Amino acid sequence: MLLSATNVQKTYETADGPFTVLRGIDLSLEGGETLALTGESGSGKSTLLHLIGGLDVPDAGQIMIDGADIAALDDTGRATMRRGVVGVVFQQFNLIPSLRVAENIAFQARLAGRHDPDWEAALADRLGLTDQLKKYPEQLSGGQQQRVAIARTLAPRPRLVLADEPTGNLDEATAATVMDVLLALVAETGAGLLMVTHSATLAARMGRRLHLRAGRVA
Amino acid sequence: MTRVAFAALLGHWRRNPMQLFTLLAGLALATALWSGVQAINAEARASYDAAAATLGEGQFDRLTRRDGQPIRQETYVLLRRSGWLVSPVIEGRLHDVQIVGVDPLTAPGRLAPTAIAGTGDLGRFIAGRIVAAPDVTLDGAVTDPDIAPQTAIGDIGTVQKLLGRTGELDALIVAQNQPLKQANLADIAPELRRRVAQTGSDISRLTDSFHLNLSAFGLLSFAVGIFIVHGAIGLAFEQRRGTVRTLRALGVPLRLMVVLMASELLGLAIVAGIIGVGLGYLIAGALLPDVAATLQGLYGANVSGTLQLRPIWGLTGMGIAVGGTAVAAGGALWKLSRMPLLAGAQPRALAVAAGRGARLQAAVAIGLLALAGILVVVGGGVVTGFVLLGALLLGAALALPLVLSVVLIFASRQATGVISGWFWADTRQQLPGLSLALMALLLAMAANIGVSTMVSSFRLTFVGFLDQRLTSELYVTADNPAQAAQIAAFANTRVDAVLPVLETDVTISDFPAELFGNRDNAAFRDNWTFLAAADTPWDRIHQGDAILINEQLSRRAGLKVGDSVTVADIPFEIVGIYGDYGNPAGQAIISRGRFQDLYPDVTSARFGLRLPPENVAEFVTEMESAIGVPASNTINQAGIKAFSLGVFDRTFTVTAALNVLTLAVAGFAILMSLLTLTAMRVPQLAPAWAMGLTRRNLGALELLRTLLLASFTAIIALPLGLALAWVLLAVINVAAFGWRLPMYLFPADYARLGGFAILAASVAALWPALRLARTPPADLLKVFSNER
Repeated sequence: MLLSATNVQKTYETADGPFTVLRGIDLSLEGGETLALTGESGSGKSTLLHLIGGLDVPDAGQIMIDGADIAALDDTGRATMRRGVVGVVFQQFNLIPSLRVAENIAFQARLAGRHDPDWEAALADRLGLTDQLKKYPEQLSGGQQQRVAIARTLAPRPRLVLADEPTGNLDEATAATVMDVLLALVAETGAGLLMVTHSATLAARMGRRLHLRAGRVA
Repeated sequence: MTRVAFAALLGHWRRNPMQLFTLLAGLALATALWSGVQAINAEARASYDAAAATLGEGQFDRLTRRDGQPIRQETYVLLRRSGWLVSPVIEGRLHDVQIVGVDPLTAPGRLAPTAIAGTGDLGRFIAGRIVAAPDVTLDGAVTDPDIAPQTAIGDIGTVQKLLGRTGELDALIVAQNQPLKQANLADIAPELRRRVAQTGSDISRLTDSFHLNLSAFGLLSFAVGIFIVHGAIGLAFEQRRGTVRTLRALGVPLRLMVVLMASELLGLAIVAGIIGVGLGYLIAGALLPDVAATLQGLYGANVSGTLQLRPIWGLTGMGIAVGGTAVAAGGALWKLSRMPLLAGAQPRALAVAAGRGARLQAAVAIGLLALAGILVVVGGGVVTGFVLLGALLLGAALALPLVLSVVLIFASRQATGVISGWFWADTRQQLPGLSLALMALLLAMAANIGVSTMVSSFRLTFVGFLDQRLTSELYVTADNPAQAAQIAAFANTRVDAVLPVLETDVTISDFPAELFGNRDNAAFRDNWTFLAAADTPWDRIHQGDAILINEQLSRRAGLKVGDSVTVADIPFEIVGIYGDYGNPAGQAIISRGRFQDLYPDVTSARFGLRLPPENVAEFVTEMESAIGVPASNTINQAGIKAFSLGVFDRTFTVTAALNVLTLAVAGFAILMSLLTLTAMRVPQLAPAWAMGLTRRNLGALELLRTLLLASFTAIIALPLGLALAWVLLAVINVAAFGWRLPMYLFPADYARLGGFAILAASVAALWPALRLARTPPADLLKVFSNER
């Protein structure tokens, strides 16, 4: 099992008191599988994604990735997991503005010690970025920036790809193109894909769908 | 991983070269001003050490001429024949080397023989061999590591020839063990005075104060520079917040991030430190001749006018660069170490950040200002004075953004037009980004106002003091008692009044003091003003039972008018306390008749002569031809005033230079802040542009904004600067020198300074305003696109 989450709970302290976002979520994902996580705003989709990505830790429950309980890892351990096992595509792209496109694509692979120039060039080619490699992120359109973010995520060949509304900032046509490439590449690499989305159209293209409502699986 | 993450962080500087320049330049300037001052101090201290090592300063009493002129060799011979165990010394500079002539046969132990031991041959030394420090290059000189840097020692005769001063001596070193019977110094050489070794501590204390003053200015300039560095680092961290989160999300551990950013800053600090130490060397080299002249003129301390590279201040400069960076970056690194990975991913607005810290900043500012207030009431001493100064300046600087914010709120409430309403609101929004630069400007201006008020007050007082004290048109020094009698007789019939100077060293209330015997003359009654006095003090003095004391003695001994003191077992009532600026020693005056009763052996070697100023030159010529008193033994009033004011003006050349440099650094801070803010301004100004303001309008408003903020800052700097001047004059000066100067105000100077500050701010704002006015419309349009 690539990913398994059991009774995951998360509560945040707010100015109005504790706010429980996740009330006991269970899910699982195998390598090569794709899963859409849908739900209303505030239903806990992004929080769950962040917990699975090791960006935060659950208050209760267990998240196992490739056999490792991420709640049991310290900051360095979770950082190691993020480098080597998981890849995250953010809604806001989160590219490094001071690095050129080529450097951004290679960045996570280099962090993980899996720098493969041929593979990165192939990714750039597949994502239509070959002519943009020497540019800085700010010189690209939103669709191009998201494609760079996808290339960066896939460059180290992660076993689990997490995508947080990866096309949320893109127009419909560009979003469709980006999804085509993302799904194709994930299938080629055999990674599992967990994607948070509001779009029923995008969710329909995934292998499975999980709908959250008020912190629970609906 | 480390290398990749580090490269990503460093990439920020490649994309923001202006920010990198700001950081490096701010740190380099701060280090330069600090290390420049430290270089001057180090050079001066090395010179004191050299003097102590080669001349035994602080170990042996010294005889010198009262008027500072060279001692004639015949006087030395006369003293030796009269049983005085003294040894001659001559000093001078030869090719930038301090050269000292001693007599190895008469020099006391631990003095010349230590150096000569290096040659192992006394005969060769007397025959003309020069022994020099290893860093000295002199033809034929033998090196000796025990000799102080940049110093060479030779036999007295050899050095006299080298310096072209045959027959002249600068001082006579008095051996500690003297014969039980020896002639009275006043009888043999009344023109000489004996300076006991302990008086060296006075000079040390005074020069320490001078160096402390310099250090304080260096520190102030450094603080201004660190404000710039703090701003640049804070901005860089803010702008990289997103990058840091991304790096962490991609798997770079937090601890590694902190280490990487600290290492990055360490590297930048080292680069800036090297540049700063180099610049500091240039600053010190430029200022040192004036400092040397000041120390020589005011305190008689010899300081080399040539700067040497000393590892200690180079290392100190590097240390202060790294330490300053750590101070400036400490907060940012701490925030980084506590930054949650998932907190708001978008860059945090500076205004929001400032809003959170405003309460804490206000509390610290009030605390510091309260501390300053407490120290004014209960404090004392030089160090407390400087702590008071620091608390006052830092407290005021921290309070500045809050005060400006209140001013801007008031202005925005008065605004009626749409544009003026937006302008004031926008200015408030810009305040956090500009506040560090404005604080730097406030400090620089306050320092300028404070120091210029102090210097101008000092000068005004000093000129008045010279007019008061230099009542005679001509002063003559006799070489011996016989000549003194000749001078008195010659002058009696040719001048309006002969005022002999009778002087001896005494102890009053356990403090050493110079006692003078005063001859009743209208010159004193008309010209002297007192800080405090009883009724008709001169009448009381010449009745014989009263005494006048100077402010220094009054403060040190805690004496006031009406108190009684004992001189030579005779009680005297204090009837007046007079200002005695520039004199480190305690001083007292009684009537001439009483003086002669108490000290019948002391005769006058100096005379003040009252005569019409236009007759002075003719009188000097006549006296030389009639009784052989050379013109070099005379000095006229105008000459003394010119010399004294010359010394005074050179004294403050250094502080004036530091003032200008500090103001320049503040101007630089404004320029850099505005330049870095320009890029961030585009999204804020684009809506105003879209709604009808031209880019030219926006540029002009940016310029106006800076001018207004600089003007408000200048207005606030005025009371702060005056408070600084008061602390310098009434607290630090009293603690350091023992006298309090009256404070005068110089509105024209302040107006001119304000004009300069606003001009500096305008020049600094012009370029960013022009850049803004020329922002391509495409850049402004991007703000409205989803792609930004």
